[in-house]
Amino acid sequence: MDGPIIELSDVRKSFGPVSVLKGVSLKAYPGKITALVGDNGAGKSTLIKGLAGVQPYDSGVVKFNGKAVHLTNPREASALGIEVVYQDLALCDNLDIVQNMFLGREETSHGSFDEGEMERQASETLRTLSVRTVKSVRQQVSSLSGGQRQTVAIARSVLKSAKVVILDEPTAALGVAQTEQVLNLVKRLTHQGVAVIMISHNLVDVFQVADYINVLYLGQMVAEIETKDTTSDDVVGYITGSKTYAGVSE
Amino acid sequence: MSKTMRGEKTSAGDKSLNTTELPASGLIGSGMEGGVLDQVRGYFLKLRSGDMGALPAISGFVALSILFTALSPFFLSERNFANLLTQAATLVMLAMALVFVLLLGEIDLSAGVTAGVAMSIFVVLSNPGGIAMNWIPALIISLLTGVAIGLFIGFFVARVGIPSFVVTLGLFLGFQGLQLIIIGDGGLYRIQEPTILAIQNSNLPAWAGWLMIAVMLLISLGTAMMDRHRRARAGVPNRTIILLWIRLGVIAVIGGAIVATLNQNRGTGFLAVSGVPIVVPITLLILWAGTFMLDRTKFGRYLYAIGGNAEAARRAGIKVIGVKWAAFTICSTLAVVSGVFSASKVGSVDAAFGRDIVLSGVAAAVVGGVSLFGGRGRLIHAAIGALVIAVITNGLGLLNLPGGVNFLVTGGVLILAATIDAASRVRAGGSLIRR
Repeated sequence: MDGPIIELSDVRKSFGPVSVLKGVSLKAYPGKITALVGDNGAGKSTLIKGLAGVQPYDSGVVKFNGKAVHLTNPREASALGIEVVYQDLALCDNLDIVQNMFLGREETSHGSFDEGEMERQASETLRTLSVRTVKSVRQQVSSLSGGQRQTVAIARSVLKSAKVVILDEPTAALGVAQTEQVLNLVKRLTHQGVAVIMISHNLVDVFQVADYINVLYLGQMVAEIETKDTTSDDVVGYITGSKTYAGVSE
Repeated sequence: MSKTMRGEKTSAGDKSLNTTELPASGLIGSGMEGGVLDQVRGYFLKLRSGDMGALPAISGFVALSILFTALSPFFLSERNFANLLTQAATLVMLAMALVFVLLLGEIDLSAGVTAGVAMSIFVVLSNPGGIAMNWIPALIISLLTGVAIGLFIGFFVARVGIPSFVVTLGLFLGFQGLQLIIIGDGGLYRIQEPTILAIQNSNLPAWAGWLMIAVMLLISLGTAMMDRHRRARAGVPNRTIILLWIRLGVIAVIGGAIVATLNQNRGTGFLAVSGVPIVVPITLLILWAGTFMLDRTKFGRYLYAIGGNAEAARRAGIKVIGVKWAAFTICSTLAVVSGVFSASKVGSVDAAFGRDIVLSGVAAAVVGGVSLFGGRGRLIHAAIGALVIAVITNGLGLLNLPGGVNFLVTGGVLILAATIDAASRVRAGGSLIRR
């Protein structure tokens, strides 16, 4: 198997006297889904914000494709091909799908928008993800369902050949059918060689799609397991701290 | 939505579709496919979904015009028509200025007094009784005053994070004082520079009016052709070209009728008065440039994005603070332009100049369909809204009704417009509270 595209080692972050990440390691592989689970306050969001460049880590090494990188702002992360789809879906209701997908990185020609080019790219990206639920790329996002919005948000993240897509609770607010749609979409991301890191509280979802499960417990990575080697009960144990995983030293 | 329906039809293999316009790769629909009928149907679906645009304001304008025509023999005269345009110009420009901050979900209550301060500076600098400076540098200084005031507001709103309502309310009060100090208590300066007076009081020669229409048609055609070229290059469908010809035809007919009317002699004495008032092409130019910026450039798109979801805009890498700052600067500067129009119309600047107009400007924008919550509205909407309010003032004035009626009717129209907007959105399943 290829080496990890993202490799964090001994990452630390504290806010004043509170240390949130106490030496965390994480690997994510191209074409694989790495689930990141843990209870509230375990440090999942802090770990992700560091990767996104929103809140840089205090110390530790971040390797991207084997090379150490410094992520100090979102643009740097984005330039490497690291994209985050936030839980509260950073979409603008009053803009259409194309406009949302290209927000902040519009295609221009002689200083004014090249709407045709943007529309084609948006359309093609949605099609490569086999999105069938969206009827028109010029629909306003306000007219979309929750699942469709999540679809647009994910499609936005892979529009510009993302290498790593981080999904924060992608199915949190969705119904059964829509959850299914989004999980299928997440799987299709990996077919394009994207490394997916998925934060989730929903272990059913995690076991359905993830290749690896990483469990954070109070700022430490207490388990890094292949999904096929574990059970839901064990993972719950790691999350709540009532079980320990022997495969991790320390 | 319109586009939804279009997509379904495509998959159903509808025969009426012009299949040659469909992209070969089978892209997702965009609502641009199909013939005129499909587009018309799409438009009605869009209306039903609650996105009415300027339609209520245009209907209101037409209805009020018919009403006043029936009630007063003077309303439809050439003279009153020209008068209406020059009366409306100040409000149109101010409402367009406010759109830039309203799109962000912000407000500028000081836009009127900003114009007041800047025009006070202008008259003190340029008047023979004052510093007697040449009018051109004086005008530039007063426009720069607008820029400075906008930067000042932008600093407090975008950088410090004070609500724009509070900042500009403070300035609204403070600038009235500043104006008093600049002009002097009870002072009044007449505008003596002929060029400034000409903006509202002189007219284009007949040929220039026609040239104006021709230029509008050419620009409209040019941008549409550029869009079509780019869409064709990218391989996505274009709207049927018949719609473009219809649109150009409408501009030509309505614009032509207006120019033809204004080119009639409307003088009452020996002197013939005719032609399009100079303020009209100036306003149209600013309208066009602003619309181009809002629709086709990053700055414009980011204004809408921030108004829709500021946090999403920030995460998309948009420099929210800078965009807000620029929006307030544009608003204040265009407000000064509206002040120039007003000074030209009134012929003087006093210590109360610009004090009363700002809420009418906000009302005009809302009547036209600009959302106070941000993210929705266009410059043309504000301009049409301002025309509606100007028609009310003008028409009621012709009927010799007491002044109080004017305010009552204007207020009623504002509430009516907001109600139509809200009701259409609720019916479409939207929320009454936000958009």
